[in-house]
Amino acid sequence: MRSAYLETLSELAAKDKNVLAMISDNGAIVYDDYRARFPNQYINAGISEANMVGMAAGLARRGKIPFAYTIGAFLAYRAYEFIMNDVCLQNQNVKLVGIGAGCAYSLLGPSHHTIFDISALRPLPNLTVFSPASPMEVKQVVKAAYSINGPVYIRLGTNREAEIYTKDYPFEVGKAVTVHDGGDLTIISTGSIVSDALEAARQLEADGIRARVINIHTIKPFDSEAVIEAAKETGRILVVEEHSTDGGLGSIVADALVSCGIPVQFDRVGLTGFVDGYGTHMVLKEKNRIGVMEIQHRAEIMVKGKERIK
Amino acid sequence: MKEDISLKIRQDVFKMAVRANGGHIAPAYSMADIAAVLFFDDVLRYNPKEPEWIDRDYFILSKGHGALALYSALSLAGYFDRRELDSFCMPGSELGSLARMGHVPGVEATTGSLGHGLSFATGIALACKMDKKNNHIYVLLGDGECQEGSVWEAVMAAAHHGLDNMTVIIDYNKLQAMDSIDSIMSIRSFSERFAAFGFKTVDIDGHNLSEIKDALMMREENKPVAVIAHTIKGKGLSFMENVPVWHYRIPNEDEMEIALKELKLTREELGTYEKCLFRNII
Repeated sequence: MRSAYLETLSELAAKDKNVLAMISDNGAIVYDDYRARFPNQYINAGISEANMVGMAAGLARRGKIPFAYTIGAFLAYRAYEFIMNDVCLQNQNVKLVGIGAGCAYSLLGPSHHTIFDISALRPLPNLTVFSPASPMEVKQVVKAAYSINGPVYIRLGTNREAEIYTKDYPFEVGKAVTVHDGGDLTIISTGSIVSDALEAARQLEADGIRARVINIHTIKPFDSEAVIEAAKETGRILVVEEHSTDGGLGSIVADALVSCGIPVQFDRVGLTGFVDGYGTHMVLKEKNRIGVMEIQHRAEIMVKGKERIK
Repeated sequence: MKEDISLKIRQDVFKMAVRANGGHIAPAYSMADIAAVLFFDDVLRYNPKEPEWIDRDYFILSKGHGALALYSALSLAGYFDRRELDSFCMPGSELGSLARMGHVPGVEATTGSLGHGLSFATGIALACKMDKKNNHIYVLLGDGECQEGSVWEAVMAAAHHGLDNMTVIIDYNKLQAMDSIDSIMSIRSFSERFAAFGFKTVDIDGHNLSEIKDALMMREENKPVAVIAHTIKGKGLSFMENVPVWHYRIPNEDEMEIALKELKLTREELGTYEKCLFRNII
């Protein structure tokens, strides 16, 4: 995702000299190519996330389009009040890019995990929130962020995410994408864990369960219609997210379901506390019960009932 | 002439706050003379008919609770009808206790939460530099505000980028909301601190108009300037000067008599207002 992000940012920087890459001293060598090509469109704000966001708002006030990039946790929490007051309240054209969504920094521990950002940022007025699922989608999202004249938050993984699309697809801001068809239940997911949801759906198929998988690449504005349609058509909704279940995608989906009044079976796979342990991203997800097996298991319970599966 | 403007600002501030039964009078008084010089002594280049003029200079009020003085100065400069001041904090008015960009012509930043304005101003100054523009950016901070860590992040950035198109003014009245700065969290010495970070610094009497003017025109290549303006909180009203409780308080009727006399205001000019019957302090 990071490479896809930088590739697209470079394209934008090449055609618009107002596009700026801002970082707070993280990114190491990955910015080398960008820096070499656009030395005048690059600002390392130092280790000061709040100031980076405040400065970004000031730069935007003069027509610059800063993409302020750092680890999502430092951006969403440490700079939160600057995002609220300087960017959102003043409606400045700043793009906030959080890297390392969920527990992608699986060797670094909870300080570097970004698992509360959606619940923290989604309420902020004027802010568009993107959570792309794959490198191809990152490219779409970054281009969309550029075309929006206002605050945007982009939730990125790191650099090893699977591609979930085989070919170009119609991308529309605020419009969910059905990435797998099925009628027995709908798995609604966001971010790189969509590929785990897809893997679970494939395995469920072997078991006779046909799961629809919906990818929510735009958290805000939220595509309630897609959720309501899925509820009507499949009667079962399983939300899968690499984020806290408090105020995350599951809460947003639940809001939409309650508002429409359609009776539906509902469950969620997500994080319920700090993420424990170290290891590969996959191992960490499994240990914290958001892995492929867990998704599969919960889908089975939902469709077949607890008694009928061991 | 400029003395008249200073008095006019103090009168406006008083009238607005008394009528609204709220507002930061004393914090506005310590910066009133600085505002008078900024707007009315050929310091800021601005065009009230075109607030977003691309070549204007910027004045960012980082201590957002000085809004009363800013509103008065903006109205005197012609950004909006002076009668608008009467609506301060009334239902339907855009003039609140803390200024908001996009709501009041001439207000360049939404402030109120302290420790934001300098980062925002640094971004504006950096953008102007990148575009080789000559706009100058003035930003006024409270002294107590400098207890916010983000201020020093921005100070570092401004010095690092050699923003000689920026002047930071510290309204150094030595008081904060509850007591003297020295008794709460002392910040000595501003000029040494700013100099150590790489600023050109100057200490002035923040109520001496010619000293203010000279300091605001000071420039040094590749360095931002920090003007440490030694001021008196509540300057202009004897009973208010240097008394912390006036950070956010409205005079009672006894104090009102003294205030009107010292501000050269008549009851008629003050107009009607609801008498303050409660202790409106924060």
